Amino acid sequence: MTGRRLLRVAVLVVTGVYLLLPLVAMLDFSTQAGGGRRSLEAWRDIGSSRDLLGAISVSLQLAVLTVLGTLVLLVPTVVWVHLRVPRMRRTVEFLCLLPLTIPAIVLVVGLAPIYAWVSYLLGNSPLTLTFAFVVLALPFAYRAIDAGLGAIDIVTLAEAARSLGSSWTGVLLRIVVPNIRGAIMSAAVITVALVLGEFTISSLLNYNTLQVVINLLGKRNAELSVAVSLAALVFAFVLLFVLAGVGSRRDRSRPSAIEKGIAG
Amino acid sequence: MSAEAASDTTRGGVQVRLEDMCRSFGPVRALDGLSLEIAPGELVALLGPSGCGKTTALRALAGLDQLDSGRIVVGGADITTVSANRRDMGMVFQAYSLFPNMTARDNVGYGLLMRRVATAERRRAADELLELVGLGTQADRYPHQLSGGQQQRVALARALAIKPKVLLLDEPLSALDAKVRVQLRDEIRRIQLEFGTTTLFVTHDQEEALALADRVGVMRAGRLEQLTSPTELYARPRTAFVAEFVGLTNRIAGTAESESVQVLGTRVPLLPGSAQTGPVTALVRPESVRIAADPNGDAHVLATGFLGALCRVQVQLAGGDVVLAQVSAADATDLAPGRPVRVEVAPTPVFATPA
Repeated sequence: MTGRRLLRVAVLVVTGVYLLLPLVAMLDFSTQAGGGRRSLEAWRDIGSSRDLLGAISVSLQLAVLTVLGTLVLLVPTVVWVHLRVPRMRRTVEFLCLLPLTIPAIVLVVGLAPIYAWVSYLLGNSPLTLTFAFVVLALPFAYRAIDAGLGAIDIVTLAEAARSLGSSWTGVLLRIVVPNIRGAIMSAAVITVALVLGEFTISSLLNYNTLQVVINLLGKRNAELSVAVSLAALVFAFVLLFVLAGVGSRRDRSRPSAIEKGIAG
Repeated sequence: MSAEAASDTTRGGVQVRLEDMCRSFGPVRALDGLSLEIAPGELVALLGPSGCGKTTALRALAGLDQLDSGRIVVGGADITTVSANRRDMGMVFQAYSLFPNMTARDNVGYGLLMRRVATAERRRAADELLELVGLGTQADRYPHQLSGGQQQRVALARALAIKPKVLLLDEPLSALDAKVRVQLRDEIRRIQLEFGTTTLFVTHDQEEALALADRVGVMRAGRLEQLTSPTELYARPRTAFVAEFVGLTNRIAGTAESESVQVLGTRVPLLPGSAQTGPVTALVRPESVRIAADPNGDAHVLATGFLGALCRVQVQLAGGDVVLAQVSAADATDLAPGRPVRVEVAPTPVFATPA
């Protein structure tokens, strides 16, 4: 084994241990039953805790709504900026990245009076958090979509489609979206992960989302709280792999090195 | 594709009139009163250096760029304000523009899909056109599985599939290697003649323009300098810019009087528009320069360049000026570098600018 290869394996092992050790510890803690015995009681309790199931349901609904909101808002906007007003790219990028620079606590101070109105107009449903979460997801989703659009010659493709008789909607849905499917998947995955892990805003605005309930549970049943946290993490990983798999299988536009060689 | 199939897809050419088109980008006037008329079924090439406005003119005709002023009339209808997707123009771009998520067949059928043509009919038309461009067996391939030349063929088939009123070619060959370029160039012309589609072709490659077009328009600073047949353009340039931009020219000093110029001892007729009196610079084509090995000649060969059937010979004149001559390869055998030669100019009309 060469030194270089040894270094590679060492880095992989250290990183793997660093990332997996907390998960193993969580699994260990959540299955302890006292007296050195093991029990899956905490894991079974996940299914019987009404608060928890409600919070999981709310967070999943929020994730779906936030993904839809972010994509519907962002994809046409970024495509339009790329195609029609490229000089606005910097401004839009700045606006989209802004939430990243503002601490969550400051966001809440700004959002609280707005949410008083939101509650008044739309009711006190936790799903109204979608508005805040779309803002939080903007920087990450923007980056992913912008990179996706940068990888294709969107201007020429759009012009070709237009000259063939396509409307702007047709350009967006038939040409642009299928060719940035990978980027859209990335944006969706990041957004789902962000929503499932969000605590500060939900908690300070008094909505019971998954992380808020996990925190409350942790105060009276630590094992259950850790089991749910681990389950949420595993769920996010599985989702990531599934979406990445779907994205790469359906993305036929990307040539493999061998195919590039043949065509060249 | 058979002749019946071709006529099936032919709508027949229409006349195109570009009237006094102006377009500025900031301080730059890309089009400065460009007017141009293309006859039904004609292929006109716009030729010019970068930034002369040729692509802007084509994009304006396609509806991809708006005009500041002027009119575009196609088949008698003013389409100046009609949006690009309603103009019925087939366009082939310089950059590879096939939709990466679609097979060659779906790419060709896309315009028909937009026109709500039934799937079976779309498929039949796409396969027929792919056959026409020699890619019948590649219909199920994705763009990344095709070479550059093949991609441009598919793009041509895609542009023709919608039976366009006008075919627009925006330097479609410039990304291809030399051999494929010539092959595809000839094929474009064959198919264009078969379909009879009025075509505007934009290029900076003069060989391409001269070989392909019925008429060539040389553009400079947003205006047409000259629009005429390739032979006329080459033999009878109307301005110094055209004379120098199209083909190779020698700049040889001479003296003009009464519509002719004395160059290297020969009196040569002057083209209209030339400087008519006094010391001038005559723009002489290399093939008009005649050289012959002569031990008493006062010029000598500097270098020779073999081009297959032809040979380009650089000759240094007695005064030190260097001229380029083009002779048949057979005549160049005794023109080794350093050999003394006699130089004359054929009495073909030339353009001259004031010295």
